[in-house]
Amino acid sequence: MRLNRREMIVAMLGAQALLAGCSASPQLPPAGELFGQSFEIGHRLRDGFRPQPDQSAWREVQVVIVGGGAAGLAAARQLHQAGCADFVVLELEPVAGGTSRSGQCDLSAYPWAAHYVPVPLPHNQPLIALLQELGVVESLADDGSPVIREEFLCREPEERVFFQKEWIEGLYPVTGASPEDLAELAAFRREIDRWAAWRDAAGHRAFAIPTRLCSDDPEVTRLDQLSMAEWLRQQGWTSARLHWVVDYSCRDDYGLPAERTSAWAGLLYFAARLKMPGDEHQPFITWPEGNGHLIAHLAALAGPRLQTGFAVTQIRQAAKPGGGPVEVLGVNPVSLAASGFKARHVIFAAPQFLATRLVEGFSNRTARKVDDFQYGSWFVANLQLRDRPRESGFPLCWDNVIHGSRSLGYVVATHQSGRDHGPTVLTWYYPFCEADIHGIREQLLQATWADLADVVLTDLEAAHPDIRSLTTRLDIFRWGHAMIQPRQGFHTSSQRLAASLPDGRIHFANTDLSGIALFEEAFDHGCRAADEVLAQLSNS
Amino acid sequence: MNRAPLLLLYLNVLVIATCGLVYELLAGTLASYLLGDSVTQFSLIIGLYLSAMGAGAWLSRLVPDPRLGRCFIEVELAVALLGGFSAPLLFLAFSRLEVFGVLLYGMVFAIGLLVGLELPLLMRILKGHLDFEDLVSRVLTFDYAGALFASLLFPLLLVPRLGLVRTSLLCGILNAGVGLWGTTLLRPLLTTRGLGGLRGRACLVIGLLAAALIKADSLTSLAEEGAIGHPILHAESTPYQRIVLTKNERGFQLHLNGHLQFNSVDEHRYHEALVHPALSTVRPPQSVLVLGGGDGLAVREILRHRSVKKVTLVDLDPGMTTLADRFPPLEQLSRSALKDPRVTVINDDAFVWISGDDTRFDAVIIDFPDPGTFAIGKLYSTRFYRLLQQRLRPDALVSIQCTSPLVAPRSYWCIVKTLEAVGFHVRPYHAAVPSFGEWGYVLAAMKPVPQRLTLPPELAGELRFLTDGILNSLFELPPDLKRVDADINQLNSQALVRYYDQEWGAWK
Ligand SMILES: Cc1cc2nc3c(=O)[nH]c(=O)nc-3n(C[C@H](O)[C@H](O)[C@H](O)COP(=O)(O)OP(=O)(O)OC[C@H]3O[C@@H](n4cnc5c(N)ncnc54)[C@H](O)[C@@H]3O)c2cc1C
Repeated sequence: MRLNRREMIVAMLGAQALLAGCSASPQLPPAGELFGQSFEIGHRLRDGFRPQPDQSAWREVQVVIVGGGAAGLAAARQLHQAGCADFVVLELEPVAGGTSRSGQCDLSAYPWAAHYVPVPLPHNQPLIALLQELGVVESLADDGSPVIREEFLCREPEERVFFQKEWIEGLYPVTGASPEDLAELAAFRREIDRWAAWRDAAGHRAFAIPTRLCSDDPEVTRLDQLSMAEWLRQQGWTSARLHWVVDYSCRDDYGLPAERTSAWAGLLYFAARLKMPGDEHQPFITWPEGNGHLIAHLAALAGPRLQTGFAVTQIRQAAKPGGGPVEVLGVNPVSLAASGFKARHVIFAAPQFLATRLVEGFSNRTARKVDDFQYGSWFVANLQLRDRPRESGFPLCWDNVIHGSRSLGYVVATHQSGRDHGPTVLTWYYPFCEADIHGIREQLLQATWADLADVVLTDLEAAHPDIRSLTTRLDIFRWGHAMIQPRQGFHTSSQRLAASLPDGRIHFANTDLSGIALFEEAFDHGCRAADEVLAQLSNS
Repeated sequence: MNRAPLLLLYLNVLVIATCGLVYELLAGTLASYLLGDSVTQFSLIIGLYLSAMGAGAWLSRLVPDPRLGRCFIEVELAVALLGGFSAPLLFLAFSRLEVFGVLLYGMVFAIGLLVGLELPLLMRILKGHLDFEDLVSRVLTFDYAGALFASLLFPLLLVPRLGLVRTSLLCGILNAGVGLWGTTLLRPLLTTRGLGGLRGRACLVIGLLAAALIKADSLTSLAEEGAIGHPILHAESTPYQRIVLTKNERGFQLHLNGHLQFNSVDEHRYHEALVHPALSTVRPPQSVLVLGGGDGLAVREILRHRSVKKVTLVDLDPGMTTLADRFPPLEQLSRSALKDPRVTVINDDAFVWISGDDTRFDAVIIDFPDPGTFAIGKLYSTRFYRLLQQRLRPDALVSIQCTSPLVAPRSYWCIVKTLEAVGFHVRPYHAAVPSFGEWGYVLAAMKPVPQRLTLPPELAGELRFLTDGILNSLFELPPDLKRVDADINQLNSQALVRYYDQEWGAWK
């Protein structure tokens, strides 16, 4: 069953979007396309499609990396830097990057998902080294903190919110806030400061990035049993504005409402980005193309070893330890020509839910389970505008949030270019936050470009009445399994903890192993998995 | 006709009289807002309006008795449309029409004519029901009462609360209401034929005016010129800004988005001080870059230097760099500087342009607007100044207009500190420009800036403000302009925009 226009808008934006004035015959932009991950090959795999390559189509290689997202490419860089050149990165899609990929139009590059990284704290040396390689770091401060070159830091004005029909600076809707509201906000900040200062007996931070460095003290891990919303209520905070800001933050970073986000993850979002109590959050590093900039660098390092358009269909390893190479089989998703690699080690840098489908005997042999790994769906739209929307109030920022909307608002791709007039590209984000995963989501995934474009424009129309006439092109990316969801209990789940461990000669690297989706986590897992492989290679 | 409708008819007289006077006051106020010289304007408008009313009264006798009711209603609807839309129409037309005066006086006359028709028609309608003395005395009583009512309401309530545009639309709705009401009240005088159409038209007029009333916000933003104070000579909106030229007794002024950019009376002080210090130290400067300054006045000063072979001007707004074509006094004032063969004009955001080009210059004159918005604040950032360094020959000098160090000391010294942070040697200086007050500039270079400056010989006797002595005295800062501490202005902090906002906010 397909939803009609009204049902579609109600399903995605809520009934209030209809009230806000939904025109009878919607004007859609003259051009646009609907993109998505390569669903078809995924479905064939689910149906047991496992073509076998000819004898001649096998190659031997020391390491195969499955998946050319941030984690896979980070692993490739780590191998390369350690002098191991005999590897391939196999990527299903025609371009690398996974959920950090980007697009490009005449006017500007733009992100298709991930769009920034906060300036790393000094303890994240490997990431600082990557940023140095990119020429983003001007110098290092005495404590090892990177001083970032100005043009890569998100320029002011950074963030605004459309609240009560007006744009105001910042995310917290201050207009009309009562003294009680502001007192709760201050108390919330004090509590976050307390967590930023918190150290366990061994000196570990409660919340750090990469999350591998977080304390496992029960005082911290206990938070994983609560939802973020429950945690707020336990503190006695009831301010609707505070709850909104926290809920927005959870949806923004995790694609989950605060009611279903682990309080551990919720607090991580706020506390891990403070260097010291009382600090502002770490500034953001961003580019027009978002984290696609990092991907382009990593992909260039991998060079011809990165093989795009290669769908891995099967990974087989001998039952007894040490018995022969691991076989990685795959097809070209278009021609369906099969080929294979015999490797001494494999780094599986695709999400865990695919491991059960691709790694032969994964569940039987290792008794591993992955059903705790839940992924959220996202829609991301890129709108090309011939001119800026007419508006009043606080001026256009990098991040523009519409209070009360189920979308996350939009980021301006041309912000860093310094062009403050004329044509621009907006990247609009929508996490699918409904609890029911298999009901309405399936229907939304069947929606057409016109359905979704109308939803995007209806959402933006609330703040920009002229958006329809300004949009010359609207492209949409539908991410089915976009992002791992840090629900209650997932951080401390035994499944998650076991998933990072190697299975024989297969090593795992993906952001989902951390339970939260961040470039830093993907990068960390990629480096870690490569180090495991390097250690084993040097032992043998 | 029984007593109740009679009373209602008097009420109509009151409404009609009030609205009639309001239109007259509106036209007078608008004319003096937009054209200046309120004594002349008011006296002209009143005279014209009254004479038009007289003409209307005279014409009223041409209406035959059987058509009285219908004609009265038609007149009401016409007054509603013309009078109701008078203020918004005049505001909109002002910046777009060469013949604004013709439109203004034409409209005043037309409204006066229609208003002049109203009472005579009404009196003839009432004639059969009252004896003559009673009729005249009562109608005139309500008429004059309405005038008093309007003259009090207009300055005390309508203009301050509603503004001109809304007031005019509201009166239009009242007139149309009288018309619609008339179709019931005067029912005995009307034929059934066409009654429905008449009512429909009345409703349409009310609907139009009401829609405009709802949209009035966007119309009234155009009325903000009133706030500038001086009569407006020329106004236009470009995609980037609102350009308004005004005049007073001694000269004309350019305002961008309501901020004064120069006054022709003393702009020579501002521009001589902006240009000559930088050009007198680089000897002999051949290529000069101007950032901002689309009015061409800085270029006029630059072209006085005989060594200059090439001037490149980068200004965001083509509307500014071609303004002289549409406003001849500016062409004269700038001595057609932007049309000089040595000058190349580029329309682009300087921030984008400076990172895209790689030619180097002997001197750079920076004449951006004050850093009142983030979009302009970025042009005073460490990032921008670093990019600027890559456009400088080794000996090059840069001069920058830096707002008032007296009004906004932190803003001023923030710019100095920002330049120093990227390695510039900076010499602060100031000049008195009466239209602006005490104004601040800096001279910056990658090498120490010479202590003693001399104007090139060709400028001797040419300038109205600077002499060698004055030039060097600009660098002496009085104690009330002494340095204060401020943060560096970076793209990701935009400290300067926040300082500027606080300091000028407190001053106003
Ligand atoms: C909408 C959105 C916004 C985000 N914003 C941010 C942000 O601003 N900042 C931030 O740090 N993070 C952000 N993230 C998260 C960030 O994108 C991820 O954490 C990171 O890119 C994950 O990288 P990964 O390599 O672990 O996984 P993925 O990106 O999922 O990479 C896995 C790769 O494996 C490939 N693959 C899958 N199956 C096969 C197969 N059978 N054969 C071969 N290859 C296969 C996939 O095509 C993909 O390229 C965002 C995520 C989303 C969805």
